[in-house]
Amino acid sequence: MLTRRTFLHAGIACGALAFSGVHARLAFAALPDDRRFIVVILRGALDGLAAVPAHGDPDYASLRGTLALPQTGPNAPIDLDGLFGLHPSLHNLAEMWRDKELAIFHNVATPYRDRSHFDAQNVLETGGTAPHRLHDGWLNRALTPLALDTGNGALAVASSPPLLLDGSSHVTSWMPSRMPAPDEEYLARISMLYAKDPVLGAALKQALATRATANAAMHDSAGGPMPMQNGQGYGPIMPMMEGAGRILAAADGPRVGVFDIGGWDTHSNQGAGDGQLGRRLMMLDESLAALKTALGPAWKKTAIVAASEFGRTVAVNGTGGTDHGTGGIAFLFGGAVAGGTIHAEWSGLKPSALKDGRDLPAKTDTRAIFKTALADHLRIAKQTLDEKIFPDSSGVLAVRDLIRS
Amino acid sequence: MSLEGALAANRFGLGAKPGEIDEASRDPKTWLRNQLVRGEDSPRLGSLSSTSELATQLVKQQQLRQAKDKDALKTFLMQARQTYLREMAARFLVGFETEAPLHERLVRFWSNHFAVSTQKPQCALFVGAFEREAIRPHVTGRFSDMVLAAERHPAMQLYLDNAQSIGPDSLAGQRSGKGRNENLGREILELHTLGVEGGYTQDDVIALANILTGWSVDRGPGPAGPAGPVARMIHTAMGSEAENGFRFYPPRHEPGAKTLLGRRYEEGYRGGVQALTDLAQHRATARHIATKLATHFIADNPPEDSVKRIETAFRDSGGDLMKVYETIIDDPAAWRPEPAKFRSPVEYVTAAMRIAGGDRLAALDEKTVGPFMQSARAMGEMPFAAPSPQGWPDVADSWTGSDAVLQRVEWANAAALKLGVQSDPAALADAALGPFLNPDTRTQIARAASPAQGLALLFASPEFQRR
Repeated sequence: MLTRRTFLHAGIACGALAFSGVHARLAFAALPDDRRFIVVILRGALDGLAAVPAHGDPDYASLRGTLALPQTGPNAPIDLDGLFGLHPSLHNLAEMWRDKELAIFHNVATPYRDRSHFDAQNVLETGGTAPHRLHDGWLNRALTPLALDTGNGALAVASSPPLLLDGSSHVTSWMPSRMPAPDEEYLARISMLYAKDPVLGAALKQALATRATANAAMHDSAGGPMPMQNGQGYGPIMPMMEGAGRILAAADGPRVGVFDIGGWDTHSNQGAGDGQLGRRLMMLDESLAALKTALGPAWKKTAIVAASEFGRTVAVNGTGGTDHGTGGIAFLFGGAVAGGTIHAEWSGLKPSALKDGRDLPAKTDTRAIFKTALADHLRIAKQTLDEKIFPDSSGVLAVRDLIRS
Repeated sequence: MSLEGALAANRFGLGAKPGEIDEASRDPKTWLRNQLVRGEDSPRLGSLSSTSELATQLVKQQQLRQAKDKDALKTFLMQARQTYLREMAARFLVGFETEAPLHERLVRFWSNHFAVSTQKPQCALFVGAFEREAIRPHVTGRFSDMVLAAERHPAMQLYLDNAQSIGPDSLAGQRSGKGRNENLGREILELHTLGVEGGYTQDDVIALANILTGWSVDRGPGPAGPAGPVARMIHTAMGSEAENGFRFYPPRHEPGAKTLLGRRYEEGYRGGVQALTDLAQHRATARHIATKLATHFIADNPPEDSVKRIETAFRDSGGDLMKVYETIIDDPAAWRPEPAKFRSPVEYVTAAMRIAGGDRLAALDEKTVGPFMQSARAMGEMPFAAPSPQGWPDVADSWTGSDAVLQRVEWANAAALKLGVQSDPAALADAALGPFLNPDTRTQIARAASPAQGLALLFASPEFQRR
């Protein structure tokens, strides 16, 4: 897929201005007023009812059993509207809700209706209607109309881009590095060795450019290192989000970013308030706050979608966890978002309201949320969205009035 | 040094050691076949804890936790950490040293196919033993035996939550109100045997999960064992089975026969064995396994003819893996000179150490394995820590992101500096790549600013990254 296409692409582009700053700056002009768009893949199927409990639903406590949050105390949900709340670990997201920078979608699913993680992730990331029909990521396809397809435009916060950002358009990737930086002379010799290798040559060139942006973003104007937040206890997610936030905030930095965060497949001992999943949600929430801080003034121009491949069963399973389900949760947030709303089409938790008597139903297509950001925030034309980015999706409509004008 | 000799050492093996391409060049196919017959019997593997010892340790650990004996638990967890590091050191070292690199590649292929992962911390104690005792003994045997050994192993039982799965209508289920977990049942069908296109339904997932209720980690006959006349009767009716860390607990087993893919399976342990044996020999499994093996050895998008040949060998032999490997070794597509595969990070580090690591590596142990673990983590492939039950990806796309490539370039530099100068790097490059060494690369290596830089250029070179 990428390799072979990159091959051809790079072969054509190498002699041209593909990687030059001039080209990149011209490209960014196509994006209205420096907007940023970030996708957070919550890989592994986040339990929507854990993140956004329907604590006001009469059947919530009995069905959720040991997973139900208490109605009072430190582990009680942060109430949003009487019916829904946020998990107590998500206090930064709750603040964004109060600031009307967060819209929440419940009962969300891709068009995929079976329960394989890998097929569902494939649909989530390719933007297709069935697994393995498309071979590139929808966000990669979206880079072309945004003129962000020359390499510096989109950043995967990973060593290699996930499928979502993989495809014929060049993208870059970055991770906090743990290895000592080699000297320039060695890098020059390697660049010569890679000159005739389209895959390695293009990748190295791109990585060095991004590393330079990152280095600049991590230092102040006097060249001294800018201190990072103390992310102790928040796992590797926080340095990734804080570092990438600075790269995305840079004037000549990428405008699109992707995070790939796993650890949500809670089949056993999921816990309620401060259990296993609660701790993971806390790491995510604190890291998202670090991302917001790192983006600085660019936060106001940022829209972020966080989504998972599917939801989980409503009832607690035999091992204190939840199994693969259907309807899940998605968040649309950022300074550019006109939020403070929850979109659920709630039909309750009675078995008759559930899919196959076990899962939350699918009411909102995940693509509708992605389209909301792509159409209203990034101003991609409807026809392009319906045909190129999400093929055969003309019936899936963006949700209006969720992006600040 | 022949082209075929270099392909045998690099495409089929773990990267040439000095002299290996010469040796393989004499008769490449025989060199490969002999490795399968000989296997690997490194003394380092023999000195590690057995699964049953580890299962006993797990029980002890849980007792200490329940007794809230913090000091004893701390000592215990430190020992468990040492166990894990010893496994890790042995894993790296066997790769660096083995004289049967094809056999070792297959061990790793299957270990990745049946991925268990320290991402679930409960598994960490067992991941090394899983590869040594559930995968390794069956690598040249029958696939159905490997399926059985892998699904029964405590690492798999814990990783995919079956250890706690209880039939809702079983005696234990009725008493405790606890129930079934369908994770293992689903992944056996989707990942281990039929494949996602294998034509099964959600009902089949539940049927297999029911069939496997009662399969668990051996915690002794204990509280879930025979207690009272009813439980004893169930034991007698369903049969009991306990071996090397595995135990079947009849009181947790969902009563009654189950129907999986249209076939009926009797209740009890034997029904589960029969179900797994049938799945292992299913037509869809042959296709699924053939595609994965061809992708691993031949190309990211292997030729359909190659997949078909491997599939046929698998099906006609009832999953005799030696027959399957013979077919791959004899496949002309596997001997095409273009290097079609990109080395995974662990393959990459292993190839570098095989050519340039020298004798010092023999001292690798739990105290010195740290840097190798950090390297593997930085490049994105930590052994025993796959990101999901799907295992590590096996296509170049997953390893050639821009940052991934830079990480390798940085690692090549750091590793070469650490290894120091042992011999002429251009000569090492010849020994590593044989006819695949590009003359321009050789010139660059020979003209490097220092021998260490020459070695770094070899490691980072495009031809060393591929096989």
